[in-house]
Amino acid sequence: MVHQYKLNGYNIILDSCSGSIHSVDEVAYDIIAMYKEKSPEDIVRELLVKYAGREDVTEEELYACIADVAALEKAGKLYTPDNFAAMAGNFKERSGDVVKALCLHVAHTCNLNCSYCFASQGKYHGERALMSFEVGKRALDFLIENSGRRTNLEVDFFGGEPLMNWDVVKQLVAYARTQEEPHHKKFRFTLTTNGMLIDDEVIDFANREMSNVVLSLDGRKEIHDALRVDYAGKGSYDRIVPKFQKLVKARGGKNYYMRGTFTHANPDFTKDLFHMADLGFAELSMEPVVCAPGDSAALTSEDIEIVKQQYELLAVDMLRREKEGKPITFYHYMLDLTGGPCIYKRISGCGSGTEYMAVTPWGDLYPCHQFVGEEKYRLGNIWDGVTNTRLREEFRSCNAYARKECDDCWARLYCSGGCAANAYHATGSIKGVYEAGCELFKKRIECAIMMKVAESQEQD
Amino acid sequence: MERIKTLETRDLCQSAQNGGCGECQTSCQSACKTSCGVANQKCENEKA
Repeated sequence: MVHQYKLNGYNIILDSCSGSIHSVDEVAYDIIAMYKEKSPEDIVRELLVKYAGREDVTEEELYACIADVAALEKAGKLYTPDNFAAMAGNFKERSGDVVKALCLHVAHTCNLNCSYCFASQGKYHGERALMSFEVGKRALDFLIENSGRRTNLEVDFFGGEPLMNWDVVKQLVAYARTQEEPHHKKFRFTLTTNGMLIDDEVIDFANREMSNVVLSLDGRKEIHDALRVDYAGKGSYDRIVPKFQKLVKARGGKNYYMRGTFTHANPDFTKDLFHMADLGFAELSMEPVVCAPGDSAALTSEDIEIVKQQYELLAVDMLRREKEGKPITFYHYMLDLTGGPCIYKRISGCGSGTEYMAVTPWGDLYPCHQFVGEEKYRLGNIWDGVTNTRLREEFRSCNAYARKECDDCWARLYCSGGCAANAYHATGSIKGVYEAGCELFKKRIECAIMMKVAESQEQD
Repeated sequence: MERIKTLETRDLCQSAQNGGCGECQTSCQSACKTSCGVANQKCENEKA
């Protein structure tokens, strides 16, 4: 499938199934749009009329361009047929029941009381609880036992607020390190925190042991403090920003993300991202709120249009910052065109419910952190393993080819069919389609590809 | 090609032959936690 679009002055052609990207002039853009529908003679006739008066658009030129398009098709870089559908199920089956990543809910409690929290202030609609070392240790053993031949294992310390159970986090990291050599595994830890309890000791440990830290900040003080408040209703911005700045400064180039959420209150979220940049943060991520439709924080259809414009604005501004030698990164615009994911990954997606699971403080397993607390989505536990195998199979069958709505979508090898949790929350089924999410996703990919095109032209 | 500039990209069809080691990062794990995007993951296949 070919997707062509114009953005920021560039004419862009994406050949979805080969992954090829072409930057073209307007004449080639028209030819590529007509090539499959019309004969070369008709194309030439039409374009000679359209571009009458243009010296560079001659009959000879047009035939030469048509020949170039034909050559690209022959080389498998244009109009590449989709031959992946038959392979879609096989890829996940090949992985068997391997588990390679866990989201450890070490604290189902939080020291902030953010009204939009999908985890219901860390409690996930249940009791407050902290994970014991014994449960965490068993979870790590479960991961090792079920990881097959995978070397890289990922563990995210998540909550609620994981720093409320910091001693257990440190003990679990120490335990995991003792298991790496005997089992030939490498643990990669991530810490996702609201920052309230960060101190020098946390900074030192996190920067030594965590491959990545995700720091929750919503941007401008008035935006952040409107929702990210403590139990007295007081905003947290002034308390966390200096701590985040100290942590990032001491991180020495290791990965981190400032991670914000935008809501109906700030569809103009680039102001928040730019504010983060002004605070000295360069690795940024900002996500649309996850909440029930009708919630006062939910994005409206008018907001979605604003957000799409904001994504464009962000991409253009990031190019400007790059040129000025002060680049920022945005999680969704990080495309690795040459060293990116293989087709296996692109079809199979995040692996929720199969190779990726969430573990509650009590050791229950869920397909991912966003399903925790939904009893019907409990997969099993870390002692008995996955007992709800029917549910695991349902998640295993989620892939880029699982939804008929995606059949004519150019972006499905970028989203893998989308987030199962978003689909569930929007439609009641993990195989549903969260349409507003799709719209935003496609816009983000268009912007990210445009940036690559702009960067390549800058290099020439 | 005068009117067409092709960027260097990984050939997805080719990657079907040697891909699928599963060593790359779980996409949701790294930053967003609320959406599924895979294109920003780095390939970690030592044989690819």
